[in-house]
Amino acid sequence: MSLDPATIRRIAALARIRVSEEDVPRLAEEMNAILGWIEQLNEVNVDGIEPLAGAATRALPMRADAVTDGGYPDQVLANAPERIGDFYAVPKVVE
Amino acid sequence: MMLTDLTIAAARAGLDRRDFTARALTEAHLAAIEALNPRLNAFITVTAEQALAQADAADAALRRGDGRALTGVPLAIKDLFCTAGVRTTAGSNILAPFVPPYESTVSANLLRDGAVFLGKANLDEFAMGSSNMTSAFGPVQNPWQRAQDAEAVLVPGGSSGGSAAAVAARLAMGATGTDTGGSIRQPASFCGIAGIKPTYGRCSRWGVVAFASSLDHPGPFARTVEDCAILLGAMAGHDPKDSTSADLQVPDFRAACARGVKGLRIGVPREYRADGMSAEIEALWQQGIAWLRDAGAEVVDVSLPHTKYGLATYYIVAPAEASSNLARYDGVRFGLRASGGEDLRDLYERTRAEGFGAEVRRRVLIGTYVLSAGYYDAYYLRAQKVRALILRDFTEAFAEVDALLTPTTPSAAFAQGERMDDPVTMYLNDVFTVPANLAGVPAISVPAGLDGNGLPLGLQVIGRAFDEETVIAAGAAIERAAGFAAVPAIRAG
Repeated sequence: MSLDPATIRRIAALARIRVSEEDVPRLAEEMNAILGWIEQLNEVNVDGIEPLAGAATRALPMRADAVTDGGYPDQVLANAPERIGDFYAVPKVVE
Repeated sequence: MMLTDLTIAAARAGLDRRDFTARALTEAHLAAIEALNPRLNAFITVTAEQALAQADAADAALRRGDGRALTGVPLAIKDLFCTAGVRTTAGSNILAPFVPPYESTVSANLLRDGAVFLGKANLDEFAMGSSNMTSAFGPVQNPWQRAQDAEAVLVPGGSSGGSAAAVAARLAMGATGTDTGGSIRQPASFCGIAGIKPTYGRCSRWGVVAFASSLDHPGPFARTVEDCAILLGAMAGHDPKDSTSADLQVPDFRAACARGVKGLRIGVPREYRADGMSAEIEALWQQGIAWLRDAGAEVVDVSLPHTKYGLATYYIVAPAEASSNLARYDGVRFGLRASGGEDLRDLYERTRAEGFGAEVRRRVLIGTYVLSAGYYDAYYLRAQKVRALILRDFTEAFAEVDALLTPTTPSAAFAQGERMDDPVTMYLNDVFTVPANLAGVPAISVPAGLDGNGLPLGLQVIGRAFDEETVIAAGAAIERAAGFAAVPAIRAG
């Protein structure tokens, strides 16, 4: 599988990363090199193998569905680039 | 002996005997940082005032008879661990303004045991790299130099390059790191120190900036195996805030250093004999085999047939998880916000283009692609199945042997600018370290010798899940046999 410029632009849009037109050919080349190298996994027979999501061997624990933390909006908002009162502020959204 | 040359074990004994104060120990390290950090760039942030206050508190605790495992011991903290009130950047412009209001569990555990934090160590951006060249805060210089080419500025390895360089150059007695594909063991090997990646679940990931959650392992660096064991004992433990944290007792890792390897079965995986392995690495490996055999271990050949697919599997799984984890950096709640966003989507796209460096952007794009509709099965699902086979290789090997011995890296440290031509060349550095991350099993790198240029080389011991003690025992046996006493050209004093 080879990535064409349109696919690069589509992936960048999905990833919400602005990519300039002049960067598209270089990115396509780099990503194609990486994906080409990854193709070696097609040699492996994975018939009947269950996918492994992680190395944690234990079942994930359950906990009570209870609020155990919070109540300090100033700490939560301390790193906000922009805030209005106790809210994060973003550019006006008009659909 | 200079205070900065002491091991953690010796420093703690000296503090208990009142040979010197914690303040003097911290001042010696702060002076070393002031002298050498402008050159090495091992620290992004130095917290001198906080360190001196912590050292004074340590002296007071020692006077009260309340000395703990790390009371008064000055450490470097990889700038991926959130530290309350101290800027935490992950080596990225996108987190350059971020000051966490909370403390990571691992660093809180170290503070509980009395440690002094000298500052935040440099790293590859979001821990993505094997050279520390991707840091938005500049590269780190390896304190070692080539005997025949002292002008060349070598990389310390990555991603925990600042941590390893700081410990090797005696700017800190130990350091925290994280290891997602080799990011503790490879820099430990490049800088001539020891480093442990414990079992997945042994050290909490809570408060550690996430890269690839199923592969990220916090762990320690130090100049001896015993010091690593002391640090790991403090860092480890069950944490309800990390759902993958193991609810298990923390063993006495330090005691394992003296166990020896008598009667252990050590496996030598034939697939690690990579094509084109340098004669020096091969000779060091053979030397390590001989050392363990002389110490009473039985050495046997084993096979891990899917080893060669580890890297390609990793470079699907890790970017996939990264693309998900890094979705949170959107310029809204914390971190950098690009100016001039016309609407919300424009704000996201500009912020992420401006805030992420080239390697991070590339990996997020790869991850987005392999998870996207139509490609998920071909890439991500297939990689997860190969990952299962890699774990099965280890499980089958550990039915036969107690631990595995391999080289840590395919070469010694390279120079800044080398291997930067294409991403895959850089990725190949992690060929021997990545499988243990995919399987979640513990592994240590121990300095074992020098190459023809006088640069350090490490040997790796890999063990069964939650059997760090055997890994430490074998690592300590190699350390004793190797008698590694070489020191880097650039160091305190």
